Amino acid sequence: MISSKTSVSVKRRHGLSKKAQKLLMGVLTVFAAAAALIFLLPTILTMANSFMSASEINANYGAIFSTTEEGGKTFISEKINLKFIPDMVSFSQYYTVLFKSPDYLFKFWNSVILVVPIVIFQLAVASLAAYAFARLKGRLKEIIFFVYVVVMLMPYQVTLVPNYLVSDWLGILNTRAAVILPGIFTPFAVFLLSKIMRRIPFSLIEAAKLDGAGEFQIFVHVCMPLCKSALFSVAILVFIDYWNMVEQPLILLSDTSLYPLSVFLSQINTGEIGLAFAVATIYMIPTLLMFLYGEDYLVEGIAYSGGIKG
Amino acid sequence: MKLKTNRQGDAPKIDAKQYKIPKMSKIKNTKEKRHSGSLKKTLKSDGAFPYLCLLPSLIGVMIFFIIPFCVIIYYSMVDNPINKEFVFLQNYINIIKNTAFRKAAVNTLSFSLVSVPLAVVLSMLLAMLLDCKIPFVSQFRTSFLCPMMVPVASVVLIWQVIFHYNGVLNDFLANFGVDKIDWLKSTKGQVVIVVLFLWKNLGYNMILFLSALNNIPKDIVEVATLEGAGVFYKFFRIKLRYLSPTIMFVTVLSLINSFKVFREVYLLTGDYPFDSLYMLQHFMNNTFRNIDYQKLSSAAILMAIVMVAIIGAMFIAENKFGEDVEG
Repeated sequence: MISSKTSVSVKRRHGLSKKAQKLLMGVLTVFAAAAALIFLLPTILTMANSFMSASEINANYGAIFSTTEEGGKTFISEKINLKFIPDMVSFSQYYTVLFKSPDYLFKFWNSVILVVPIVIFQLAVASLAAYAFARLKGRLKEIIFFVYVVVMLMPYQVTLVPNYLVSDWLGILNTRAAVILPGIFTPFAVFLLSKIMRRIPFSLIEAAKLDGAGEFQIFVHVCMPLCKSALFSVAILVFIDYWNMVEQPLILLSDTSLYPLSVFLSQINTGEIGLAFAVATIYMIPTLLMFLYGEDYLVEGIAYSGGIKG
Repeated sequence: MKLKTNRQGDAPKIDAKQYKIPKMSKIKNTKEKRHSGSLKKTLKSDGAFPYLCLLPSLIGVMIFFIIPFCVIIYYSMVDNPINKEFVFLQNYINIIKNTAFRKAAVNTLSFSLVSVPLAVVLSMLLAMLLDCKIPFVSQFRTSFLCPMMVPVASVVLIWQVIFHYNGVLNDFLANFGVDKIDWLKSTKGQVVIVVLFLWKNLGYNMILFLSALNNIPKDIVEVATLEGAGVFYKFFRIKLRYLSPTIMFVTVLSLINSFKVFREVYLLTGDYPFDSLYMLQHFMNNTFRNIDYQKLSSAAILMAIVMVAIIGAMFIAENKFGEDVEG
């Protein structure tokens, strides 16, 4: 939906010669390419480094990670060599992660088991609520919606205190439910979906009604099919948000064995830097796959999120 | 010049024609048969269903956010949860006098003050860059969006390699005779997190600006060009006016995201980072550890008040500046 249609014709009329215009375009393209490279580089480097053997990682980056532990046993060079291409492509990191240290796989599973229920149930709850906000009218509805927006805009520093308090009351502190339940009721998806559902032409709903469809049928057979792509884009946004979570587990979970990989990755110690890059790469695979498969949905979802008023 | 448009193409519209309305013929039949009584009924009674729909979400939000928040307001005004003696603002005075809180607030604020304007301006520039007719636009868009989809935890290692005392950046700067800087353990730390913040957030903001740029009515720009308006006139007098609601929104969004930079800081440096990197979320985390409800609740409420004030101001501003554009 995003295209580029403005400047060229405009500039021509404005008196830039064709040559100058071409030059300008060239400069802009080079500039954009440079920027794009900077944006991509950290990701690419992480992936490239995941194919280095443990000894190569130690030789290249030992200086960084040795500082966390006294008396490192391996040879450590003073300098750090950032490399794009490994000297020898090796799958030893992956082999170690997958078959020798199941700890990381457990943490990965922790992430999955926290994030997937949040995404599914948040979407379920939110699509119902969004339908209500799209159909109802009146002052009360507007007040409730406003409250939702305010809750949505509050930073974690504010919302985690109420969340902690409730988890304490319900006795679910330090269980997965303490992270999952508040996640399910976070109003972000409600906000986004109701903006989208409001665009469904009223005539469609009216027509369905005249056909004798009940409200439930309208919701299931008219509303949901129209929102399919929107649901997908909201799901991606919610997923990436929670796949990345750090604040909630740190506060709501005290048992480190429940921590998702997003928190645990930073606690990798010296002995294991040989597999750190592989773990990091494995952890970004789900989101990157979603990105590759659903970039257009993602862009659409972001575009919908613009503007608080809706 | 008053710019008025109906909100055309304002995000993908759902076109009624695209979708098959079930049993069109039947509608005609009902009208002809004039079951006016039952027809009126079906049209008027929305029934309880929409209210039922709202219920699960509303209950959840009440339980997990609203009700405990009210309790927190109460907690912030009593001396302790057992004694429950009303002390009104004493806890707030304590928290404001607390040095750790002040440090965290100042650090977070100064970070936001630098990073939010940068995030708005740079992402707008990126959007305009892609709005010119340069080749490979979709590839560029993909690469600018990519950081958003990469979990912070995954790239932390690379950031460490780059910003470490013996790291790549210092190595590179040494070529120009710059002395080594311990980026993460000095006052320069704020520079690093501004960079990390921008890297992560520019893509999202850029998409918002791109879709806003796309919604500027082409004819107005064309007319301005024909009447001899310069590039700068067109930018400041036309485009910027249409972009103003998006600028507001991106500002609010960046502000909220700037509070989340704790993630990067925590993953890079842990619970107790260098002074200039000590964020509000660090303060909250460390206060949670020795559960001091008075401190926690008064800090949370102070922040909530500040947020509401900022968001309220944005709302008013959006209403004021946005009205002649949105029509």
